This record gives sequence, structure tokens and C-alpha cells, in this order.
Amino acid sequence: MRRLRDLVLIVIVVTAVWELLVRLSGVPPFILPGPFRVAGATINHAGLIGEHALVTLAEVLAGLVLGAILGAGTSLYLMVSPTARRLLLPLMVFSQTVPVFALAPLLTLWLGYGIGSKIAMTLLIIYFPVASTFYDGLRNTPDGFLDLAATMNATPLRTLFQIRVPAALPALASGLKLAAVYAPIGAVIGEWVGASRGLGYLMLLANGRVKIDLMFAALFVLAALTILLHTAVSRGGHRLTRWSTGS
Amino acid sequence: MTQSQASGGIRIRGSFSHGEQPLFDELDLSLEGGQWTCLLGPSGVGKSTILRLIAGLDTGGVFDGSISSDNGVALPGRFAYMAQSDLLLPWLDVRGNVMLGTSLRGQDQALDRADQLIERVELSRHAGKRPHELSGGMRQRAALARTLMEDRPLLLLDEPFSALDARTRSEMQELAFEMLAGCTVLLVTHDPAEAARVGHQVYLLTEAGLECAPTGEQIPLREFDDPETLRIQSQLFARLRQR
Repeated sequence: MRRLRDLVLIVIVVTAVWELLVRLSGVPPFILPGPFRVAGATINHAGLIGEHALVTLAEVLAGLVLGAILGAGTSLYLMVSPTARRLLLPLMVFSQTVPVFALAPLLTLWLGYGIGSKIAMTLLIIYFPVASTFYDGLRNTPDGFLDLAATMNATPLRTLFQIRVPAALPALASGLKLAAVYAPIGAVIGEWVGASRGLGYLMLLANGRVKIDLMFAALFVLAALTILLHTAVSRGGHRLTRWSTGS
Repeated sequence: MTQSQASGGIRIRGSFSHGEQPLFDELDLSLEGGQWTCLLGPSGVGKSTILRLIAGLDTGGVFDGSISSDNGVALPGRFAYMAQSDLLLPWLDVRGNVMLGTSLRGQDQALDRADQLIERVELSRHAGKRPHELSGGMRQRAALARTLMEDRPLLLLDEPFSALDARTRSEMQELAFEMLAGCTVLLVTHDPAEAARVGHQVYLLTEAGLECAPTGEQIPLREFDDPETLRIQSQLFARLRQR
């Protein structure tokens, strides 16, 4: 209840400051529209924004699911294969030196203007945080648990799936929370480079037609989607790892 | 206990070092079959290392010697382990933790046996609870049930009761002693009172080496307030202080 009250308070203050700034500075609406003008544009173009938001949401969800599966799968593979640890791990770290944004034009070239290149972009942007946090979690299983499993004659594979994986779930949940924030960025960048649908495309379109209020409306819907996604992933992660906080 | 027939003694002989730094030299420790052997000593002298060597766990050093059983049966798979921390998996409930070994070996779940053991340690009402919902004493009782579930003739106990309050520790000593009757037990402890209560044999491990301490005629479990127990305890304490 207190959090809700704080949130409402923040929204009121930010809106008031924003409106005041626009009125006092005399900035024209095509440079910076006021909050009420943006709210009006959101309501007036609700259908259009919703249509494009659904496309972006689909790209984000698909990228998130695929990136999480691929990231978690890589971590498990690194745990069972010393060769993979030797060869793949340095490659993964090296891959992070290449700005993922720079790959967006290439992905569009290879995968086209459709949803595929945006999913690939989202996947690429969240893959490393998921793989990295989960792998760290898998490696940092408490020694006592592993000793116990060894004295119980557990096979390495059962130790991995019954001890290491559950113990690493809080780390995976942290990685997925990061991924939930990064994923919309990946999708929107993909849309900026080349698309005919999605919130990123709508923002570019609105910007080109000097409909800055519509652009802001699309931006706020994107932010709301990101917050909703982050909240959903956080809650899911919390349910899955409730034991780790003892709640 | 079904283990009693299979319980045999264990002998460990040899030297151990961490790199250039020797931890103990020419050690010769025998665990009598079906009895409790206490390894008493201050921190850092290698008590837990000896236990980990017998268990085949990583010690981070080099052991030059031998570990053998007096009935010639290979050691791997014959012991169960209980550590200072209860090591209950926080994502499993008490029943799941008790059945952890069978689950890790891919064996049948043996739910009835698990429930019997949970009942024996008086945790039936808490079988569906997760570790964070239990008190320290209840957690160690759950760990004891998990250890018993392994049904092994050799038990390696690494200061399992040291984190408990005095009353709970005393109750756990009695419960464990009763439930592990007939098993060969190595109890690593730094508490002379604990060694005086439960040890058929008590070995003192100090920087000067290993030494067998007299434990009198009375067989354990000795009452905590028995004059004989108190005498053994004070003797053990005096010997520890001498070093």
C-alpha cells in the first residue's frame, strides 16, 4: 500500500514538473509535448499503439524465452564439459566486446525485416546475462552440499540436476530479471534498424511526421511493458526460489 | 540396526601435508567396530581432515598412507556423513531431505522407511516443512534421520552438535547414541564433555600428535552428571590445556 502511495506521489510530482517546464519555457509541442497532450495522444491512438505494442511484446517474449533457454543450456553444458569450459568460455567473454547494437543491421540483412531479426536481437542481448549469472550460480554451490552428495554416491549428472541446479535458481532468477529489462531494448533497436511494425517502428514513424506526442506515447507504453515484464519475471522468480529468502 | 552385523573397524595410518606444510605425521588411528570413537582436539590440528580422508572427500592436501577396514570390505559406499552444518537442502521439505540419498542414487523412494525414521526423531508433524521453518535442534534431528536413512555401518560425524544450545546438544547426543547403536562411529569434536559422554574410545589430537585417552570402565552413554563422566571430562580438558 505504501509502495503504491509512493508511486502515485512520484507520478504526480513528475507530471507537475514536466507540465510546468513546458508551460514556463514555451517549448513548442513538436519539440516537447506536455504530459496531458501525451496522455491525449495515447487515448486517441490507443488502437494503433496497442497493435504495434503486441508485435513488440511478441518479439520480446519470444526472445526472452529463447535467450533464457539458450543461456541456461549453455551454462549446463559448460558445467558438464571441460572442453566447452576451455573453448567456449573465452569465446563468450570475447563476444561481449562486440557491441550487440552494431549487429542489428547485419541481423536485418540476414533474417529480413520481419519478426525473426528482432527476436534474434533480443536473444543476443539477454543471452550473456542469463548464461553468466546461471553459470556462476552453478559453480558456487555450497561445498557442504556437494560433499554430502559425494558421500551418498550420487552420479555427477544427478548432483548437477538435484543439487547444483536448484541451488543456482536464485542466481538464474537474478539473470532473468536483468534480461526482462534488456529484452525490450533489443527488440526496439531491431525495429529501428528495419521494420514495418512494432513500437520502435511507430516511434520512428511518429518522429518523422513530427507527431512527438505519439512518439512519447509509444515510449511510455514501451516503458510500461518493460515494468510489467520485470514485475512478472520477479514474481515468478520469487515463487520459484521462495526457500532462498526463508519467506 | 541392520548395520551392526556389517560394522567393522577402520584403521588409518599415514602422514598428511598441505604443500610443504605437514598437518600430521605418522598418524595411526583405529576405530573399533560397532563403537563410538571420539577424536578430540583444538581447531586446526586436522581432526576434520582425518574424517574427510576416510570419507574420500577433497582435503586440498596430500595423504601418504592407507585407510583400511578390518573385515576387508572396501570403504566406499559403507559410510554416512553428518557435518556441523545440518546441510539440509533448503528447497526440499524434511521428507525430501531424508530421502535425498535414495533420490540421488535413483533408487526407489522408500517413503515408508523415511516416515518411520522421521517419526523416530519426532518430526512427523513437521515432515512437510522446509528447513527454514524448523529450529536448530529440529534441523539436526532431520539431518540425523537423513543419515540413518542411508543405513550404513560406518558413521562419520563432524562436530554435528556443536552449534546447538547445551540442552538440545545433550538431547541430540542421547538420540544419536541410541539410534546409531551397533554402528562404527567416528565423532570429531572439540568438546571434552561430549567426548566424555559418548566415547568408547577417545583420542586426543593436538599439535604434538595423536594420543589415546583413558575412558574408565563405564561404557557409554554416560550420564552428564555422573562423577565418572565428570572425571573423564576434566582429565580430557586438563590434557588439552597441557598442550
